[in-house]
Amino acid sequence: MSLRFQRLVLILITLAMLGTASILILFNTKQNIVFFYTPSELIEKKISINNKLRIGGYVKESSFKKISLNKYQFKITDNNNDFLVFYEGILPDLFREGQGTVIEGFLNNKNNIIASKIYAKHDENYMPASIKKELEKNSQWKKKYK
Amino acid sequence: MFKFLLNPNSFNKFSDTIFKPLVAITSIILVTGLILVYRSPLDYQQGLTVKIMYIHVPSAWLALLTYAIMTIYSIISLAFKIPFGFIINKAIAPIGTVFTVLCLLSGSLWGKPMWGTWWVWDARLTSVAILLIIYVIIIFLNQTFENREVREKTIAIFILIGSINLPIIKFSVDWWNTLHQPASVSKLSSPSIDISMLQPLLVMTVAFSLVGLIIAILRIKVEILTRKNYL
Repeated sequence: MSLRFQRLVLILITLAMLGTASILILFNTKQNIVFFYTPSELIEKKISINNKLRIGGYVKESSFKKISLNKYQFKITDNNNDFLVFYEGILPDLFREGQGTVIEGFLNNKNNIIASKIYAKHDENYMPASIKKELEKNSQWKKKYK
Repeated sequence: MFKFLLNPNSFNKFSDTIFKPLVAITSIILVTGLILVYRSPLDYQQGLTVKIMYIHVPSAWLALLTYAIMTIYSIISLAFKIPFGFIINKAIAPIGTVFTVLCLLSGSLWGKPMWGTWWVWDARLTSVAILLIIYVIIIFLNQTFENREVREKTIAIFILIGSINLPIIKFSVDWWNTLHQPASVSKLSSPSIDISMLQPLLVMTVAFSLVGLIIAILRIKVEILTRKNYL
């Protein structure tokens, strides 16, 4: 085995080991890296009341209610479990029923969250507005695009 | 045939022959790309804001591509003692830095109207911020160590260690819950982006790569001259 080849193998093995080490660290500290929990994960975790948390999911259909001028209430869901959210402030443009969202806040009892910050999450689908109109015209529009 | 990738003299000869046609082609593709972006349709959900994508995504891809090239050259240079790799590492690190900054800035401008925030510490955004820090450290390392050989090897090893960040950036959106959406183009099923928007995106990516390549050629040539003590 030539010296060059030995060096190459040495470098590649070192890289592979470093990579494995960092992947192991990252996956074992998963709870510190995830940006949010889903409602089901949150119930599993049994996070105590009044702890700050972020929770992500979809705004449940026909659950959005305006309480007063900029006070809102809605349900956040992952289609298995849902939480009731109260929020006072300005909503992002993309926020609507059926849309993905991430909220920051705390649990004030078992099922209620007081949100202090709301982010809209958008998915990886991009489509021209004109095509949406066409699809709607032919009633091909699928709910999942929303 | 690919000697110009490893040998400074062949590189000089090769780049001299292709440089003028390259500049011409780049200008044409860049102008075409910008026209395509101008004429591209509005998104059904994001409206006009979607056009930030045509800057954001190519910059992000090129920031990663530049680092990948530096990683490959670091391995080759360290293993086979080919100094041309060190020249390339020094020359293209600032280019990668600029693409990373462009990616972060345009992403921030895109995040405010869409997500409702300039910045969050989710896995994707944080790992790209780390990439920027790594790039800046590489540039700073070029100013350290009087002894050139020690300096070059140190930088190459640092680049190799930093390359662990590349798969983390790529897969961060799949491994963890992030606010950033998952990949639209580079996924196994067909891209979830309409062809009328994919086209300008790809043309802009080619244009960005060619602009990067032109700057890279100029910087590499300067670096070769500097080492020959002509400058």
